[in-house]
Amino acid sequence: MIHFVLLVSRQGKVRLTKWYSPYAQKERSKVIRELSGVILNRGPKLCNFVEWRGYKVVYKRYASLYFCMCIDQEDNELEVLEIIHHYVEILDRYFGSVCELDLIFNFHKAYYILDELLIAGELQESSKKTVARIISAQDQLVEAAKEEASSISNIIAQATK
Amino acid sequence: MTGMRGLSVFISDIRNCQNKEAERLRVDKELGNIRTCFKNEKVLTPYKKKKYVWKMLYIHMLGYDVDFGHMEAVSLISAPKYPEKQVGYIVTSCLLNENHDFLRLAINTVRNDIIGRNETFQCLALTLVGNIGGRDFAESLAPDVQKLLISSSCRPLVRKKAALCLLRLFRKNPDAINADGWADRMAQLLDERDLGVLTSSTSLLVSLVSNNHEAYSSCLPKCVKILERLARNQDVPQEYTYYGIPSPWLQVKAMRALQYFPTIEDPSTRKSLFEVLQRILMGTDVVKNVNKNNASHAVLFEALSLVMHLDAEKEMMSQCVALLGKFISVREPNIRYLGLENMTRMLMVTDVQDIIKKHQSQIITSLKDPDISIRRRALDLLYGMCDVSNAKDIVEELLQYLSTAEFSMREELSLKAAILAEKFAPDLSWYVDVILQLIDKAGDFVSDDIWFRVVQFVTNNEDLQPYAASKAREYLDKTAIHETMVKVSAYILGEYGHLLARQPGCSASELFNILHEKLPRVSTPTIPILLSTYAKLLMHAQPPDPELEKKIWAVFKKYESCIDVEIQQRAVEYFELSKKGAAFMDVLAEMPKFPERQSSLIKKAEEVEDTADQSAIKLRAQQQPSNALVLADPQPVSGAPPPLKVPSVSGSTQNPESVARSLPQPNGTPSPDLLSDLLGPLAIEASPGDVSTEQHGPIGAEGVPEEVGGSAIVPVEEQTNTVEVIGNIAERFHALCLKDSGVLYEDPYIQIGIKAEWRGHQGRLVLFLGNKNTSPLTSVQTLILPPAHLRLELSPVPDTIPPRAQVQSPLEVMNIRPSRDVAVLDFSYMFGTKLVSAKLRIPATLNKFLQPIQLTSEEFFPQWRSLSGPPLKLQEVVRGVRPLALPEMATLFNSFRVTICPGLDPNPNNLVASSTFYSESTGAMICLARIETDPADRTQLRLTVGSGDPTLTFELKEFIKEQLITIPMGSRALVPAPTPAPPVAQPLSPAALADDPGALLAGLL
Repeated sequence: MIHFVLLVSRQGKVRLTKWYSPYAQKERSKVIRELSGVILNRGPKLCNFVEWRGYKVVYKRYASLYFCMCIDQEDNELEVLEIIHHYVEILDRYFGSVCELDLIFNFHKAYYILDELLIAGELQESSKKTVARIISAQDQLVEAAKEEASSISNIIAQATK
Repeated sequence: MTGMRGLSVFISDIRNCQNKEAERLRVDKELGNIRTCFKNEKVLTPYKKKKYVWKMLYIHMLGYDVDFGHMEAVSLISAPKYPEKQVGYIVTSCLLNENHDFLRLAINTVRNDIIGRNETFQCLALTLVGNIGGRDFAESLAPDVQKLLISSSCRPLVRKKAALCLLRLFRKNPDAINADGWADRMAQLLDERDLGVLTSSTSLLVSLVSNNHEAYSSCLPKCVKILERLARNQDVPQEYTYYGIPSPWLQVKAMRALQYFPTIEDPSTRKSLFEVLQRILMGTDVVKNVNKNNASHAVLFEALSLVMHLDAEKEMMSQCVALLGKFISVREPNIRYLGLENMTRMLMVTDVQDIIKKHQSQIITSLKDPDISIRRRALDLLYGMCDVSNAKDIVEELLQYLSTAEFSMREELSLKAAILAEKFAPDLSWYVDVILQLIDKAGDFVSDDIWFRVVQFVTNNEDLQPYAASKAREYLDKTAIHETMVKVSAYILGEYGHLLARQPGCSASELFNILHEKLPRVSTPTIPILLSTYAKLLMHAQPPDPELEKKIWAVFKKYESCIDVEIQQRAVEYFELSKKGAAFMDVLAEMPKFPERQSSLIKKAEEVEDTADQSAIKLRAQQQPSNALVLADPQPVSGAPPPLKVPSVSGSTQNPESVARSLPQPNGTPSPDLLSDLLGPLAIEASPGDVSTEQHGPIGAEGVPEEVGGSAIVPVEEQTNTVEVIGNIAERFHALCLKDSGVLYEDPYIQIGIKAEWRGHQGRLVLFLGNKNTSPLTSVQTLILPPAHLRLELSPVPDTIPPRAQVQSPLEVMNIRPSRDVAVLDFSYMFGTKLVSAKLRIPATLNKFLQPIQLTSEEFFPQWRSLSGPPLKLQEVVRGVRPLALPEMATLFNSFRVTICPGLDPNPNNLVASSTFYSESTGAMICLARIETDPADRTQLRLTVGSGDPTLTFELKEFIKEQLITIPMGSRALVPAPTPAPPVAQPLSPAALADDPGALLAGLL
């Protein structure tokens, strides 16, 4: 299973973390520090796997961003590497050629999308189309609620005029 | 979520922060703001609450501790409207983990959402439980989640989430699913047409069968059917193909599930499966598209595992081995890594060892790969495939690699080499050679077990004794030998040195002299061994040598009052005994043979192998313990260098206490690891006694800078003895500490130049590696060993530097906190067949993070007075200063960017100076210093340093001191070599003494 997902920039800034195994706050920071040290220092033509504390970390760099997933030793590394790419493709489709800034200012979106992709550290959906459909349905729900709220507040505003 | 302006503004603010300090201020402000708003419930609209909760998550992500507001996040879960509820669920599942108390408060709301009719709410609730649900959730929610999963009225959207949610609940509490009732349902689920639900359900199945395969045997043919459906690409919707491959993930999962069934009995199922597997094995080609390639190979490697597990017929097995043989020789690193990994697993299958051996040279090449992940796999595979036939080759490769291997791998390497040497030694003298070489090359990583074992072998094999003694004598001629080498050679020469008596340089008195030279540098536990050796030498001296007797008696006399009881007792007893003639001979007679016993190392290795089982999955699981044996505490390959003290491999390895004990004890000062970081990489050549006794933090650190200056040069010269270094490395380093460009290293083949730019706490260095020759330099490797306070990122250097070419490699430096430790560049290359390596200190020293600043007296004195005393302001009288006239001294200070502020101090013999220091933890911080000189005695002065940070003050003071004392004048040690700490400082490890053969001997007395 995937124990955690970590998005970290080349400068070591964390852009997303998701923990499927229980880590206390302190351990989380330690893991992030340790792993970014290992991964950011790796050269470009090396393999995408790092052995770390009895686990394996599968990572891939996209522009300035490293996507990392920590898995068990006996898990299938390439499968997870392609889950990363699958996630990136979905982000790309959603934002329209995604860049780091999109993920900084819309980090909540990145979380929503990840939740449609993984649950319990396992792949939930392998169709990009399906994920996109669900996310856009969610967006619509939120928009609808907002319109409703604003129309109510309009009514109140007018009533109290 | 458009229109959440406050959140975007906050994120922009954070991004605009110039440094960590500003960021912290902004975050603190925001947290204060949020806290106030949360207190005032009345004005807290759901929108605001939502916004604040997102901000909290963002702050949490930045790494700050958010210790409030969890309740608010959890309370949003029960909001009636979707937007708030969604935020509540997502933020809660990010901020909290399953052990958090608040989570229990939410169970009821979550359950209501799960059993309610609102599909979107069901999804949110299932996702939360699937991601952070704990045991409590498992107990109360499992039946509801099961219902959703099998419900015909639920859409796939909900059911796939229910499947994974149930998987989590099952992991948390296996009783959550009753196999009897569930097995049939599970089998039905595998008939699912929707591939999203099917993928999730197959994950659930993998977990269930790994726990109890018998109950789920009806699922086995279904898995094979799924594979057939996918592999033949029958009615798989377009959106479920990934780069043209029908859901590779589902294929992998189905094959994984099959590996938990011990065997496949039904012949037709077996036949269908083998057809599919055959198709995968034969039909996977390397294509250009990376993702397609990865996906198809993910499937292929899973198929390989399944084939191994099923113990297929020989033909298919040899197909697999052939494939793996191809993989380990490709360039693509992922495939090579996986090839090596799977070949190691393949070793468990009988009959293929001989085929694997054919690839030995290829595997050895991978041992030298630039990628540590690949090197580790190669090492494991070599270790696994070693037997009597190839032990000599493999162990010699490992030994050769040991000299260039990075520190994080040396422990594992030396242990593996030692085990293989013992297990498969073709003859014992070879074994002795290997172990002595190991101690010589990586003494720090050779546990006591290993040298005790050599002593045992030598004692029990008479033929071996003269050989071992002469070998031990040879190593003593080396200038710097590891303390373990002192121990083992002292012991062997004490017992068998007399066998060499006729050889030149081997008389008792000569042996004594050369051993006694080593005594001042060894730690306390080694001294008793040396004393025993002296006693034995004295006894063996033929004819009796009164001169030697006098010398040895003097040593015994000296240690008679030693505070260490063991040493004292031996000294007293040997002294008395040595006057007793015959009795002396009796007591010190040759040690009897040891009872034959199994090596503790091998015993452990075998325990792991004995439990071998048929299941490939189990075999896989065993690989972990076998690694664990070797590397008790997998070393963080992170920024931090490997720990200096390596826990012994004996029984205590798995005991975390023993590891903790061997760590330096912080003295409550902010920088307990002053030395370990800097000396870590260099300690190999230095006597560990020196290092360990000086790990006392700042108090014991007085001698540190000199120690560094002196000993850092030694390993460099030692390691590059194949080439003549041009210029003095230490001198070059010191020069570069004060300027930003110049030559760092030069030999006949290569010149390494450096150019640096510094801004605040960041720096950018460029290494220029120039090949001076007309033939290429190959296997160029650079590795940065960073101290804990620097974050370093070195861009990779190409493997080969063409003739007469120069390559540039930028190195980004970020200063996290004040420290004088220095980063080390471990650098090596091949010229022809010649391997050259060097460890070079990188001039990213403390002063590089200083910025000159000129203060007026109005600015200086109020600040000076506000720093009242220790720990913010420290004063010290420095003696042994190189005499300098005041203007010269001012120039020196300015050269490391501590600006002299002229005219501020009324006393003309004094100087005051100021500077700004930059680091991530301190931000920009002003440092002040005052130097009071004595015109009558220029070799001493009083130095006072102050700043707003105690560590900074201490480090800067020490740094200035180093500059005043060791004016960069080259390698000449200006201060006496570090004297061994008084024996009192060395805590004696009683366990070590009990196992030490010398102690056994003492016990006989």
